[in-house]
Amino acid sequence: MPLETDFPQNFEAREFKVVGKRPVRPDGVDKVTGRAKFGADAVAPGMLHAKILRSPHAHAKIVSIDTSKAEALAGVKAVVTRDDFPVHEAVKEDQELMSVLTNVMAREKALYDGHAVAAVAATDPRIAAQALKLIEVEYEVLDHVIDEDLAMQPDAPILHEHLGHEYGGGKPSNVAGVTEIGHGDVEKGFAEAEVIVERSFKTGAAHQGYIEPHACLANIGSDGRGELWCCTQGQFMVRDTCTQLLGMDVSNLRVTPSEIGGGFGGKTTVFIEPVAVALSRKAGKPVKIVMSRDEVFRATGPTASASLWIKVGAKKDGTITAADAILKYQGGAFPGSPVDMGAMASFACYALENVRAVGYDVVTNRPKQAAYRAPGAPMAAFAVESVISELAGELGMDPIDFRLKNAAGDGTKSSFGPTYDEIGLIETLEAAKKTEHYNSPLGPNQGRGVASGFWFNFGGQTAVSLNLNVDGTVALSVGTPDIGGSRASMCAMAAEELGCDYDDVYCIVADTASLGFNDVTDGSRVTFASGLATIQAARQAKQRMIDRAAKIWGIPSDAVKWENGAAHPSGPNAGEHEPLSIKDIAAMAGETGGPIAGHHEIAAEGAGPSFATHIVDAEIDRDTGRIDIKRYTVVQDAGKAVHPAYVEGQFQGGAVQGIGWALNEEYIYNDKGLLENPGFLDYRVPVASDLPMIETVIVEKPNPGHPYGVRGVGETSIVPPMGAIANAVSAAAKVRATEIPMSPPRMLKLLRDSEATAKAAE
Amino acid sequence: MSKHHVTTTINGDDVEFLCDPQETLLDVLRDRLGMTGSKEGCGTGDCGACTVNVDGKIVCACLMLGAEAEGRAISTIEGMAQGELLHPLQRKFLEHAALQCGICTPGILVAAKALLEENPDPSETEVRYWLAGNLCRCTGYDKIVRAVMDAAEEMRGRNYAA
Repeated sequence: MPLETDFPQNFEAREFKVVGKRPVRPDGVDKVTGRAKFGADAVAPGMLHAKILRSPHAHAKIVSIDTSKAEALAGVKAVVTRDDFPVHEAVKEDQELMSVLTNVMAREKALYDGHAVAAVAATDPRIAAQALKLIEVEYEVLDHVIDEDLAMQPDAPILHEHLGHEYGGGKPSNVAGVTEIGHGDVEKGFAEAEVIVERSFKTGAAHQGYIEPHACLANIGSDGRGELWCCTQGQFMVRDTCTQLLGMDVSNLRVTPSEIGGGFGGKTTVFIEPVAVALSRKAGKPVKIVMSRDEVFRATGPTASASLWIKVGAKKDGTITAADAILKYQGGAFPGSPVDMGAMASFACYALENVRAVGYDVVTNRPKQAAYRAPGAPMAAFAVESVISELAGELGMDPIDFRLKNAAGDGTKSSFGPTYDEIGLIETLEAAKKTEHYNSPLGPNQGRGVASGFWFNFGGQTAVSLNLNVDGTVALSVGTPDIGGSRASMCAMAAEELGCDYDDVYCIVADTASLGFNDVTDGSRVTFASGLATIQAARQAKQRMIDRAAKIWGIPSDAVKWENGAAHPSGPNAGEHEPLSIKDIAAMAGETGGPIAGHHEIAAEGAGPSFATHIVDAEIDRDTGRIDIKRYTVVQDAGKAVHPAYVEGQFQGGAVQGIGWALNEEYIYNDKGLLENPGFLDYRVPVASDLPMIETVIVEKPNPGHPYGVRGVGETSIVPPMGAIANAVSAAAKVRATEIPMSPPRMLKLLRDSEATAKAAE
Repeated sequence: MSKHHVTTTINGDDVEFLCDPQETLLDVLRDRLGMTGSKEGCGTGDCGACTVNVDGKIVCACLMLGAEAEGRAISTIEGMAQGELLHPLQRKFLEHAALQCGICTPGILVAAKALLEENPDPSETEVRYWLAGNLCRCTGYDKIVRAVMDAAEEMRGRNYAA
């Protein structure tokens, strides 16, 4: 259904000149020569270095904090604790802001190993570290809980007295909320089923694993005004959050985003930024904070771990009659695990008459979860896609055919409510079935798995400004940090509209004082929403250039047309005029009415969901339990790939993060509730030698809500991998794997247990 | 605590600096010399983002003390391009879109250059194992491996032609 906007947003088929090519990104040379400035690369004259003291306990009452000895150390300029973070009005009314404030600096209790308790700014980082050791904190250690199932038990240690009374029957509990989606009558559906598969699953908590630790540099003057440089997915979010937490006027803080060394959702909130601002305000000097890797693992957001139960029934012809799910996600010490999105995404790939998903948002003594690429969806998809493939096996159907039989298509009422417009799931399944990979033979101890995945995609608040320079080149300012090459796509879309060369557009990510509010870079929204605003800004600038040409020629604007980057007289009364190029019009701008610019501000809708189907071949070493990924293919709908190389890159990167989550990555806690693997040696992300090439197939089913048909692509790619890999591994191991990561010890136990069961049955 | 006086060579230039005994080479490069091209991803030698070349061998600059730089020949990402002329590896990384966020790129380029100096014709497996100490979280390594192999091929062709 067409979107009702005051500008033409709906898809129009066209021939592209720039979009769809693979030009070098505008920030490329900086990034291959070391010139690019990331979060930790900034310095300021007279800068102090700050470090943060963190709780050594999983759960403890903070009885007292004595900072006097630290303050007395030579070189220490400021110390902050909970007393420096009073609860301002804006925070009182907002539970999420209160959680962020409490996460930034512990209040009555330390809620997890690594929770910030105090911070010191000193003239040298080594002095700051020494000062941390002089801070005396008296803790009263409390019982802790780490696992989501245990946290839901009636006798579990309680994190927050004000939370979970509904689930706890009037008493506090660790269940912060319950969500339910669905339609139809699930019980009736199961009664009609001829085959039913029902299983329980567990997933570990994976960290986003961006290679750049959080870093920032705050510089606040004695007038209460200042600036903040930081690596973030959203400079406006950082500005608004910091000012609200610290009781500042929003306009008094200007935030400039650095280049960002990966985020994947993990940099969509604040951790150290308000601390740096508070220290800088207190010390009257610039303050820099750079997290260590240990701090990144202990104190920033991994995603939720999950406990899942799935039941799906089908008729012998392959028609699914009912699907049911119970999802329990722990999101760390505060409410807000992505279980709501997990519930909504769980059965989104299927056209179902009877469907239900219930989700529990559970708090535990772990770091506050942060968004991680399609937050909430990969765990649910792992469980659902495992059951779907097992059911296909029970029915004797090819797993892609079974999915095709039940796939959501154009006009399907989704399991979570809305009716889909034009979507590309069926196209990805059909393309996957035709790949050489899917039709190739397997070796010994190998299995093949497939899985599909969905992500909503997001539009959001977006502002873009486009300025024509005197030489006809174009300066494009966007407000969404470029996390994977998006500036190249913005340049391509601006050039496409204006009819100029790609190299004549230079795109920057602007600071918060230079542009209207932009939501963070998340929800796979940037190429869609900043792209949409870029197209509209370019169209506005183009119209202004047409108006100038009309003025120069002394004819009405509607007698001027725009072709190939130049104004041409058009129609019977336009007269004979030499075309005016962008460069011609730019050179005369000063005499014809002043600067020429275009801008656009929207709350973008119509993002258009994206679907994918993945195929994976896995090999198991039956002696060690080690899994090797032998071959991997991603098939995903991009709507329109603006820069196909970066679209492929998103497909490949998401798949490999999924491989890590499926095979190795998890937070491991000891019996004291302390994280045992807060480093890249023991929290092992995939390395180059673990992997094959990641093959890609870009499906392009245009998004009806974007002039070029663009859909976001960044997140869907991490939704299918764990299900696909579990299906491949289960086929290779000849036993169903229901817990991830499928690490060697876990797989070896599964193999030994299944061998013992088989022997006992003989 | 007295500082060490160190004389060394970085990217062909003679360099002198003072550093604390516990400062790493990475601290010195970034904080004392303003060479922020080498990145700190972990500080424990696990991620490779700070990879530099010391006397022909790649090392993690976070695992070497600044004081140990005395008398060495060090090269970093800042010395890889010759003026405006990019090294073939740098060019191929751009052409293949072998970077997304770019934080791991300097370390991977320094490591890959050392590989091609030692082995001008590496197999895919050899590239993958050589780069196994350099983490990239964005790309899944596919385009990185392709870019390194393409650069190797171009550099071999140029050598034969010369």
